[in-house]
Amino acid sequence: MTATRTEDLMPFDDVLEAYDPALGLEVHVELNTASKMFCGCPAVFGGEPNAGVCPTCLGLPGAMPVVNGKAVESAIRIGLALNCDIAEWCRFARKNYFYPDMPKNFQTSQYDEPICFDGYMDVDVDGETYRVEIERAHMEEDTGKSLHVGGSTGRIHGADYSLVDYNRAGIPLIEIVTRPILGAGEKAPAVARAYVAQLRELIVALGVSEARMDQGNLRADVNLSLSPKGSGTLGTRTETKNVNSFRSVERAVRYEMQRHAAILSGGGSILQETRHWHEDTGITTSGREKSDAEDYRYFPEPDLVPVAPSREWVEELRGTLPENPTVRRARLQAEWGFSDMEMRDTIGAGALGLVEQTIAEGAAPQAARKWWLGELARRSNEDGVDLVDLPITPADVARIQALVDEKVVNDKLARQVFEGVLAGEGTPDEVVDKRGLAVVSDDGALGAAVDNAIAANPDVADKIRDGKVAAAGALIGAVMKEMRGQADAGRVRELILEKLS
Amino acid sequence: MSDLTRSTAAALAEGLAAGEVTSVALTEAHLDRIDAVDGAVHAFLHVDRDGALADAADSDARRARGEARGPLDGVPIAVKDVLTTRGLPTTCGSKILEGWVPPYDATVVARLREAGLPILGKTNMDEFAMGSSTEHSAYGPTRNPWDLDRIPGGSGGGSAAAVAAFEAPLAIGTDTGGSIRQPGAVTGTVGVKPTYGGVSRYGLVALANSLDQAGPVTRTVLDAAMLHDVIGGHDPRDSTSIQQDWPSFTEAARAGATADMSGVKVGVITELAGEGWQGGVMARFQESVDLLVAAGAEVVEVSCPSFVHALATYYLILPAEASSNLAKFDAMRYGLRVTPEGDPSAEEVMRATRDAGFGDEVKRRIILGTYALSSGYYDAYYGQAQKIRTLISRDFDAAFADVDVLVSPTAPTTAFKLGEKLDDPMAMYLNDLATIPANLAGVPGISVPNGLADEDGLPSGFQVLAPALADDRVYRVGAALEALHADQWGGPLLDKAPVLAGAAR
Amino acid sequence: MPEISRDEVAHLAMLARIDLSDAELDHLAPQLSVILESVASINGVAGDDVPPTSHALPLTNVFREDVVVPGLTAEEALSGAPAVEDQRFSVPRILGEEA
Repeated sequence: MTATRTEDLMPFDDVLEAYDPALGLEVHVELNTASKMFCGCPAVFGGEPNAGVCPTCLGLPGAMPVVNGKAVESAIRIGLALNCDIAEWCRFARKNYFYPDMPKNFQTSQYDEPICFDGYMDVDVDGETYRVEIERAHMEEDTGKSLHVGGSTGRIHGADYSLVDYNRAGIPLIEIVTRPILGAGEKAPAVARAYVAQLRELIVALGVSEARMDQGNLRADVNLSLSPKGSGTLGTRTETKNVNSFRSVERAVRYEMQRHAAILSGGGSILQETRHWHEDTGITTSGREKSDAEDYRYFPEPDLVPVAPSREWVEELRGTLPENPTVRRARLQAEWGFSDMEMRDTIGAGALGLVEQTIAEGAAPQAARKWWLGELARRSNEDGVDLVDLPITPADVARIQALVDEKVVNDKLARQVFEGVLAGEGTPDEVVDKRGLAVVSDDGALGAAVDNAIAANPDVADKIRDGKVAAAGALIGAVMKEMRGQADAGRVRELILEKLS
Repeated sequence: MSDLTRSTAAALAEGLAAGEVTSVALTEAHLDRIDAVDGAVHAFLHVDRDGALADAADSDARRARGEARGPLDGVPIAVKDVLTTRGLPTTCGSKILEGWVPPYDATVVARLREAGLPILGKTNMDEFAMGSSTEHSAYGPTRNPWDLDRIPGGSGGGSAAAVAAFEAPLAIGTDTGGSIRQPGAVTGTVGVKPTYGGVSRYGLVALANSLDQAGPVTRTVLDAAMLHDVIGGHDPRDSTSIQQDWPSFTEAARAGATADMSGVKVGVITELAGEGWQGGVMARFQESVDLLVAAGAEVVEVSCPSFVHALATYYLILPAEASSNLAKFDAMRYGLRVTPEGDPSAEEVMRATRDAGFGDEVKRRIILGTYALSSGYYDAYYGQAQKIRTLISRDFDAAFADVDVLVSPTAPTTAFKLGEKLDDPMAMYLNDLATIPANLAGVPGISVPNGLADEDGLPSGFQVLAPALADDRVYRVGAALEALHADQWGGPLLDKAPVLAGAAR
Repeated sequence: MPEISRDEVAHLAMLARIDLSDAELDHLAPQLSVILESVASINGVAGDDVPPTSHALPLTNVFREDVVVPGLTAEEALSGAPAVEDQRFSVPRILGEEA
């Protein structure tokens, strides 16, 4: 069953005439620790079902949690990178609610004593900087994963029963919560996207998570409310879940703004609820209504003792942080010689890290930028996936550029190499090989093609002989056509001019 | 050796060391005793004859090779059914866990196995340790060997009755508000609640995590000390486990047995007496205090004013933590699953299962705890209760600045009749009045038998409390009092218990 | 101190996922009122200046090394399950939000 839109939307520009949006983002980051948050089971989801569990993460009676010190370290480093204060003393708390994928029927999380709080991140959108304030970043554990059986689609609705695998239960998560982001206006969708994209880059630079949105290592929940323009109040918000790409973050915000506005302008009121984003149809649908089921009955986890990071430890971890993002961007722009516009586009596309890695793999800065913001950006749009989630690595891109530089392929053929790599046909060299894409540099074959072209176009040949060198283009085109593109156009031109001089 | 089942564990250990008896012989003797009397007492929920005898045979073989793992290697033991035992059913006295066989051992159980103690079986208890009479077991009550119409205390009535009825020389109990000490008092046995964090809670099915502590249930103070030496010490699987080396409690008990109390300052807690305290219990208590004075102790009265709030504090903290702990019993991963008619959802199955699988007292406390944690009530109840814990700890600190140990009667009354308080929860809760403060503050305590009340001829208990980490003091003073009373009585108190007629289980 | 109403008990039972019957509600509500009345005596006993105690002994920073240690086999993990299919815990249909 595909979710289809049944709700009215207000045109986006009209929304902004009447309302101010308030954004809020909750991002869950799955840490890449070796073991789980509270036990020694592998922190790897997947594999043989229920084979990565122990009494603790399976919630067996009597079992007890012990905190993974590395996860605390990662939490503190994330907090420091987000300019947060680090608690001198904080505790874990139980969030009590029943759900079959949660083995203990409470999630061990943090409540009013998060380990990191009061931070910010400066987000660049179209050359403007928005300061996103971070309310908190806290530690918690992931849940198990249910497969829904029966019904028509494997979705939860209409399923006959479910099968639960607890391998994921207990994998460490850091939840990063922003304060309401106000004043973004028409840029709200872009700010939301840029925040998540920049946050991801930070997480990658910290090395604390694989941070792949498509794999669920990084999950964003989008809170949105509208208030009458200039009122300075906060409206009722909805929380949209299941937003699994930067692009979807932007679209979900835009959609909810339009949906809220249509309801409010019609005299209706917004229901405070969880909504689900549908990637395929680009809409949100109503999930669970937030009511008394929200009484989580938090209390401090009595099986764990407080976490009290010493200031020495915090400072030591501060010393391990990657370069400040603003400083880094300025440095990279200078190193690469990008214009302001080029830099802005690169950041906006979420390609900064990808370009950086491609350059590190040996590509020239402009070439790296060209591919990621050109050919690959086009593909990511077409496929509806983020650049980073395309099945191609910066090393692949650098190699393809090297093939161009070595004149093994030309730009046009390079596009076919990209296509092959994205289609999973192998490495760039393998694609060149399998598809037979290498340009023909054998002057014999090329010479024959040139001769054919001259013979077929005697009038053009005459013009060239008369010194109208510009006419060579027509012959080059004919040769390239005969060679099915697999020739170096520069060399063809040389041969034509040689033969007709 | 003579009657193996009436020997102390220390004597059995000596007999094993001297080659006078085998572990198989004494394990068999206890299994036979269980067969003979447990039909009447119902101390056990599960008896593992084959497993215990196999462990005993292993122990004998080890000892023959000169590889005995410690003094108690080969001495059998009973374990409260709230500790997980790999391959042995663990029910916590609840229908919701009927038939559950854990795939892992509690740390305490693992340490018993490592030390070579054959496990006779699992003992009865109030469901999830909620109760003071063992009447709240889903599998029927345990009876007091002194009078089969009376309760053996609770929640660990099964462990206490098992040692009182000579079905086991040793047992493990757990104490959240008195569940080791109060059954000890009403069955004429010894029970010790160690310092919180002194014995691992890993594998102890939590009632109230911040109060629970496992400990020894025995007939003598020395036996308790020897057992404590086996099960105690740091466990990396329990985050609240204390990381320190402990002195030998066996040594402390042996030192105390000389009954020299000179230089020891004893505080009698003013607040743990008065209305509601049985006359005979108070008379025995005063007698014990007098014995300590005669042995050289200095005795003073000490006021702990916040103790009057201990019971209310306890009955907020415990249900709150318990309501969350017991949420995991939901019919999804283990235990009972009740499927209502029709095409029920997971939620409906959970609700039906929890209604059918939990008894009244458990439901009462889950509802109470859910209430206490609900938004809007947290500060007034759980939050406030946690603050009063601070006040109670301060009372202990102030008292222990002045005295070495504090003493009181363990329980306000002797064993009451089965059914007497079953539908009056508040009256039932009052049994734990004297034992609860130690759990709230995490300090260690012991109950030692100190005679029979004149009114009913039933045992009473004497409680000794010490500062956190000073568990050795409760063994020292407890052993002294035990020796003084043994002199007075001409033998152990249990010699006065009625002989149980053979009643096969 | 607050009486606890029958409706309130029913609501708490819903939160706690216990399907209390009418008879149980009738029985439990008055008992809970008595207990609550008694425990409410602690209200206001400790002032704002008293810090709460969550653990009897003040330990902090008890951490585990980030190393994988063997856990249960899938067979052991599933050994107590009321229903199993494809090496997973089989549970009745789940109402509510999409996971």
